[in-house]
Amino acid sequence: MSEGREQRVLEELERNRRRPPKFTAQRIDMSHGAGGKATHKLIEGLLLPAFDNPVLAPLSDAAMLPFGDAHIAMSTDSYVVRPLVFPGGSIGELAVNGTVNDLAVSGATPLALSAALIVEEGLTTEALTHEIEAMAAAARNAVVSIATGDTKVVERGKADGLYITTTGVGVADPELNLSAAAVRPGDKILCSGTLGDHGAAILIARGDLELEAEVLSDTRPLTPLVRALKETAGSGLRFMRDPTRGGVGTVLNELARDSEYGVVLWEDRLPIRDVVHGACEILGIDPIYVANEGKLLAVVAPEMADAALEALRGVEGGEEAEIIGEVREEPERMVLMHTRFGGTRMIDMLVGDPLPRIC
Amino acid sequence: MKYVDEFRNADLARAVSAEISALAEPGRHYKIMEVCGGHTHTIYRHGIKDLLPDQVELVHGPGCPVCVLPMGRVDEGISIAERPEVIFTCFGDMMRVPGSRGNLLEVKAEGADIRMVYSPLDALRIARENPDREVVFYAIGFETTAPSTALTLQRAKKEDIENFTVFCNHVTIVPPVRALLDSPDLRLDAFIGPGHVSTVIGCRPYEFMPADYGKPCVVAGFEPLDLMQSILMLMRQLDEGRCEVENQYGRAVLWEGNLQALKAMSEVFELRPYFEWRGLGFIAQSALKLSASYADFDAELRYSTPGVRVADPKACQCGEVLKGVLKPPECKVFGTACTPERPLGALMVSSEGACAAYYNFGRKSFEKVEIGSRR
Repeated sequence: MSEGREQRVLEELERNRRRPPKFTAQRIDMSHGAGGKATHKLIEGLLLPAFDNPVLAPLSDAAMLPFGDAHIAMSTDSYVVRPLVFPGGSIGELAVNGTVNDLAVSGATPLALSAALIVEEGLTTEALTHEIEAMAAAARNAVVSIATGDTKVVERGKADGLYITTTGVGVADPELNLSAAAVRPGDKILCSGTLGDHGAAILIARGDLELEAEVLSDTRPLTPLVRALKETAGSGLRFMRDPTRGGVGTVLNELARDSEYGVVLWEDRLPIRDVVHGACEILGIDPIYVANEGKLLAVVAPEMADAALEALRGVEGGEEAEIIGEVREEPERMVLMHTRFGGTRMIDMLVGDPLPRIC
Repeated sequence: MKYVDEFRNADLARAVSAEISALAEPGRHYKIMEVCGGHTHTIYRHGIKDLLPDQVELVHGPGCPVCVLPMGRVDEGISIAERPEVIFTCFGDMMRVPGSRGNLLEVKAEGADIRMVYSPLDALRIARENPDREVVFYAIGFETTAPSTALTLQRAKKEDIENFTVFCNHVTIVPPVRALLDSPDLRLDAFIGPGHVSTVIGCRPYEFMPADYGKPCVVAGFEPLDLMQSILMLMRQLDEGRCEVENQYGRAVLWEGNLQALKAMSEVFELRPYFEWRGLGFIAQSALKLSASYADFDAELRYSTPGVRVADPKACQCGEVLKGVLKPPECKVFGTACTPERPLGALMVSSEGACAAYYNFGRKSFEKVEIGSRR
């Protein structure tokens, strides 16, 4: 075909890609909750233009509110998970750690959380007590207080037992400048441990798949890992995220898009447990898109990367940390992986998730 | 991981790659089609393209069963799913396949009782557990999944389960390949035969490819080394002037196939006179329906689906892209009327379809990617 025509088609696609997305769906379906392209359209096509303000606009894990000379970090998240209790954790622990982690990866020290509970009629007091105690223990462990809250009860059939929304506030670290815009070619991408443990644990715990395997959720507060990184990498720490829904593949696509650089991964450096790898092979899913609840992705200046890696490995929950990739000039706005087999592969953003809701 | 890592060994891959390169004649271009969508997935996932010389090009074939379902069949499934008495069951990957007015995921959001299952036996269990509802299983797939539908129907008949029916969309692999081979402008040199399908039908059904059309075929497994070895076997045939069917996937595929599975299929199914394929049009005897003795379980009879044909837009040129005549951006509707969000043709439905890959990654979906040093 003529080079000219192909070029025109490519340019048109690129223009479309850079246009703000329109939200055109007639109804919300499950793909809008899966964390992939449909979720992005919902947020950027409907919510962002309606709420239009400079604090929301960066769409980071936590908003940074100017307060005198300092910044207050604020983040919120809702937790809907079935079953409520799963190997390695439960919804209460997840609800505290998840919001603590959104603050922590924004470079903030978490101070306090609110907790809003939506309880389904008929939930046993035993089950509710278990979750309340799990929240209390997780808050003590993460050194935050649950400072305010709310409870609502809905009729049987209107909720999966219990939904929890937590909102957290923290104090931002004035020394840090964390954003995709701070990232530079050559920076290294660090991952604090094995991928996909939480998502795989939930899938197996549901029992629909009749798989028997010992996989524990990795839910944990990331504050100690973040502290270790700050202390060693300092201003060389450019960007942090916790790869929850949508996994590492989604976070790195957002990084590539927002930084306008390329991201390159090395498959043989990705830490993945054998049992998670095996479960994913059987189910035909890719661990790179599976949710984590206690893992940190950090972009660090190259000269600080080895020290940062050692620091992560010295903290509980970071023993299996690896440098999994780096930022490159090219190919811009794309994520590529050198496969173990010796080829390269594009890592796209997930369109939607055909699997049941996992977090 | 055991039984997986052995088939993903990079040192062996480099050795096979060197042998393939040595067999490629200077100045000659080789186009090899992998018929099966599972192979396409392996090629993308492991980056096999980068291990082949520039002269050897892989063309992705028509073997993704959800991608080739025409809009009309999706619409008919949706019309059944919308009936209030029906629990509609299907595999997860069917949920996003677009009909003319949306997909099953959207219909579920509108209130239809649609449930994802991992096996047709799960659908039968739902029927047992809900005797006051009608349970319909949306059966899709090539000969790979047809035996499990057949066994489920045999069990339903034995147990006399009356509230269970199957909306049968099983298709067969040989007719679309023959249709491709029949086209005068075909530009393919050889075929990688589907592995899973062949565990059921064996290798014999492909003998027409060398015999009638002079194209070699190697039935391949799904690990990346399986594919590399199959490409090498095809290159050797082309180099030595041989033209035959060979079986690379001997650890799973018998030459005669799985006779028990074939027997179950022949009891439960019969060939449709013709069936429409998304982007490829009508192909004679290319799909299965329930046989007369299973008519009671046929959702098409119980719900008298209208059989409305939703025309593929005339501009859709999936057939030309499949035959290797056109590149995706040369299609008239590429990127305008046909996008990954609203696909018209089969090749835009799956993220691994040639058109969807081009849409997402542009020229890089064809070319080798140069991303500098490994470390």
